[in-house]
Amino acid sequence: MTAAMAGFPRRVPSFALIGRFSERPLAVVGAILALGVVAIALAAPFIAPRDPASTDFGALLLPPLSEGHPLGTDDLGRDVISRVIWGAQASMQAGVFSTLLAVLVAVPIGLVSGYYRGAPDLIAMRLTDTMLAFPYLIVAVGLAVVLGPSLTNATIAIGLVQIPKLLRVTRGEVLALREETFVAGAVADGATDAFIIFRHILPNVVNTLLVQSTIIVPYAIIAESSLSFLGLGVQPPTPSWGVMLTTAQPYMDRAPWLALVPGLAISIASLSFNLFGDGLRDALDPRLRR
Amino acid sequence: MSEPVLAVSGLRKHFVLTAGLFAAVGTVRAVEDVSFEIRSGETLGLVGESGSGKTTVGRCVTRLIDPTAGRITLNGADITRLSRSRLREMRRHMHVVFQDPYSSLDPRMSIGDIVAGPLRHHGIASGGELRRRVDAMLEAVGMRAGIRDRFPHQLSGGQRQRVAIARALILEPNLLVADEPLSALDASVQASIINLLLDLQARMGFACLYITHDLSAAKVLCDRIAVMYLGRIVEVAANEQLFAAPRHPYTQALLSAVLTPDPSAQQARRRIVLEGDIPSPVEPPSGCVFHTRCPVAIARCAVDEPALVDHLGDGHVAACHLIGPRGEAPDILAGAQP
Amino acid sequence: MSRFLLRRSGIALITLLLASVLVFVGARALPGDPAIALSGEGFDPAANAAIRQKYGLDDPLPVQYGRWLILVVQGELGRSTRSGLPVAAIVRDRIPLTLELAGLAMLLAIAIGLPAGVLAAARRGGRVDLLANAVALSGLSVPHFWLGLMLILLFASSLRLLPASGFTPFTEDPLDNLRRMILPAFVLGTGIAAVLMRQVRSTMIETLGADYVRTARAKGLSERDVIVGHALRNSLISVVTLVGLELGALISGSVITESIFLVPGFGRLIIDAVVSRDYPVIQAVALISAAAYIVLNLGVDVMYSLLNPKIRVTRASA
Repeated sequence: MTAAMAGFPRRVPSFALIGRFSERPLAVVGAILALGVVAIALAAPFIAPRDPASTDFGALLLPPLSEGHPLGTDDLGRDVISRVIWGAQASMQAGVFSTLLAVLVAVPIGLVSGYYRGAPDLIAMRLTDTMLAFPYLIVAVGLAVVLGPSLTNATIAIGLVQIPKLLRVTRGEVLALREETFVAGAVADGATDAFIIFRHILPNVVNTLLVQSTIIVPYAIIAESSLSFLGLGVQPPTPSWGVMLTTAQPYMDRAPWLALVPGLAISIASLSFNLFGDGLRDALDPRLRR
Repeated sequence: MSEPVLAVSGLRKHFVLTAGLFAAVGTVRAVEDVSFEIRSGETLGLVGESGSGKTTVGRCVTRLIDPTAGRITLNGADITRLSRSRLREMRRHMHVVFQDPYSSLDPRMSIGDIVAGPLRHHGIASGGELRRRVDAMLEAVGMRAGIRDRFPHQLSGGQRQRVAIARALILEPNLLVADEPLSALDASVQASIINLLLDLQARMGFACLYITHDLSAAKVLCDRIAVMYLGRIVEVAANEQLFAAPRHPYTQALLSAVLTPDPSAQQARRRIVLEGDIPSPVEPPSGCVFHTRCPVAIARCAVDEPALVDHLGDGHVAACHLIGPRGEAPDILAGAQP
Repeated sequence: MSRFLLRRSGIALITLLLASVLVFVGARALPGDPAIALSGEGFDPAANAAIRQKYGLDDPLPVQYGRWLILVVQGELGRSTRSGLPVAAIVRDRIPLTLELAGLAMLLAIAIGLPAGVLAAARRGGRVDLLANAVALSGLSVPHFWLGLMLILLFASSLRLLPASGFTPFTEDPLDNLRRMILPAFVLGTGIAAVLMRQVRSTMIETLGADYVRTARAKGLSERDVIVGHALRNSLISVVTLVGLELGALISGSVITESIFLVPGFGRLIIDAVVSRDYPVIQAVALISAAAYIVLNLGVDVMYSLLNPKIRVTRASA
């Protein structure tokens, strides 16, 4: 039985999603690369040729393509390629957990705020405005000062900063959805508020949440590397791309690859998620044909 | 005579327009002093243009929105200000079929789940019994039981509307509110849905409030018809009576716009074209709200709002100063363009 | 319209107060003697007693907050625990530099992003569009502090065109000052330019397809007039909104940029302060950043409402 739809569909149905996505080569490239980064992060212990923390004072600042060190070594003789591979873990950790934090806080509040409106909504919006006033760096600094600098605290700071926007987006979707006729139908069915929120509204918000999450991840990758670069995130000797850039700074003249490699890693990782997210957004937009 | 299933008295609904957070800039008087009753097995048509308030009446009656004033009773119980939990229990006895079949079904739910909704929410049945009843209902609306596992986007408009009807009637409610169920459907499909509704009503005996702007559909489906203009009921009559002898000038104008199948009869008819647009419900005209467009309005019409009067005591009521003491309708063709 | 502005100002004020509460609570949550944390003074017992009185530290918490707030509004921000200098003076010295940096960066961002977005929209789907999109995407994905490092490598080390670090005040030697500012401003501005370009492009595409633009074309207006006269004015609204939203990014970005290029500005202050646990300075920076952001956003709202009535706005998403 085929559908005869009048005009544009309001939402792209799930079954069409994969098809539309695969029609965009850039998006597919992004998805594959992103998956690759995740895979590298997960498999780091198995694929890194050497221990990223082991120093070798006899092999300082070796250039790339040296024997035994495809990407050279740093100022303490540590193998660059191993550190790059292990560094993916910090980035992915920051990316995934900050997004998770933001979603777990913002979505429930957005659902309640958007569905019930009234006083809780007003309070939530004022709090959101206040949170928006603090750039992520200030929040990260604050956390670093009070709790001490670490990857965990940096991740929390990044997640916290994402909450206001995610909350706004969720609330906006909920506001629109609660006016839909099928919600009225559910009310007429005798459904409880909880049922309507969880079984009718939430599943229809998931698409947007997915897109927003893919925007957060590249942001988190860059944020984590920035914070680690400044000494507020991952603490040495744990490898992180940001930390590698800090150690590379004094040696820019002599060993430019030390700064080039981790930077490229950050850029590629965030680019892949950006492409993936863009592709996802386009595929979910019913107004775009193909 | 038994109690009416639905009794509405003095229903009023005003929407306050706000700019920003607190500033009130106007009130939309969507529904003003509407009263009617519907008995078991009877269909009352609520007819009017867009902006007449008919959809709002439907939403108030089912408490999908809250009335500003008035009284609504369902099966004798006052549901006007019922708490949400008590109201939910009452929803077993009433349901709605909406206008747009494309948005009234949750795109993420299967047909089976959609139709099973009322059964689940009221804890009536589960498991095998639930499936049985869902299948029976799907067949009652003319669809195969196998459609249970499909999703709305796989169905056509007419099929979706059948599903909506199945969902609405699965608990055999006493009241069905149908809000323009045919408007979004192709003409060929409309006929089959009309037949379905008639058939099901004959079998189940529910009372029906049929909201529409389409008089020809109302003619087929309704036992009585109420005509609305700018939030007020201007005329109520039994089906044949309304079409044979309309009293209110607005009703007469509406009827003149309905095409008759016979071309020569159609040529012979004089059409009444109303001047101007329907006024804004934020600032309704004084006196009789129709007087600004009425071809036969007199001075009194701008000052006194006419009440609904049952001229001959037979249930045919109309609100117009120009109706004679024995129900003689004003001849609006006298003031109309040829 | 003025009622709208009054409302927005009220909300801004409330937000500012809430932010100050957060900063105050944060400061009190720090380990160690609150007298030192709040004021940066009081290392010896006699002075400490005086500080405790000044900040009312033996009074209930809300009273403490009130006294602290009054002191802050008067400009009393305590002393740096690292240098002993009054924080207010330190801030006053450093802010102009950061303002200059941020201003230049924003100017650059608009100068690059706006025309790029317009061109990309006008020649949609063409090579210019694709190129602009690619560049924008890279701009978004590349961490801009790394970009800074690479640029230093390129211009300072290899090509020896621009100095890598240090600065001269504008008043002393404007040309040298600008020479040193170019790289940091460019680094800071490119990220915003990328976001701006994308937003302008999408708003313009939306507007160019709108009905009233079709009417303008039908009336015989040249393509250039259509773009500049109608579509561009609409885009200005999103530009303004975006500027507001990106201000936070500017503040964060200036911290990193100043660290790399060794510019002794307001942003770099916070890093130095964190490293040396200089609580009064951290407090002051947090408060000032939040206040700056809130006030600037209010300014954006004002501009928005000024632009609004004159232009027919299609629902531009912020």
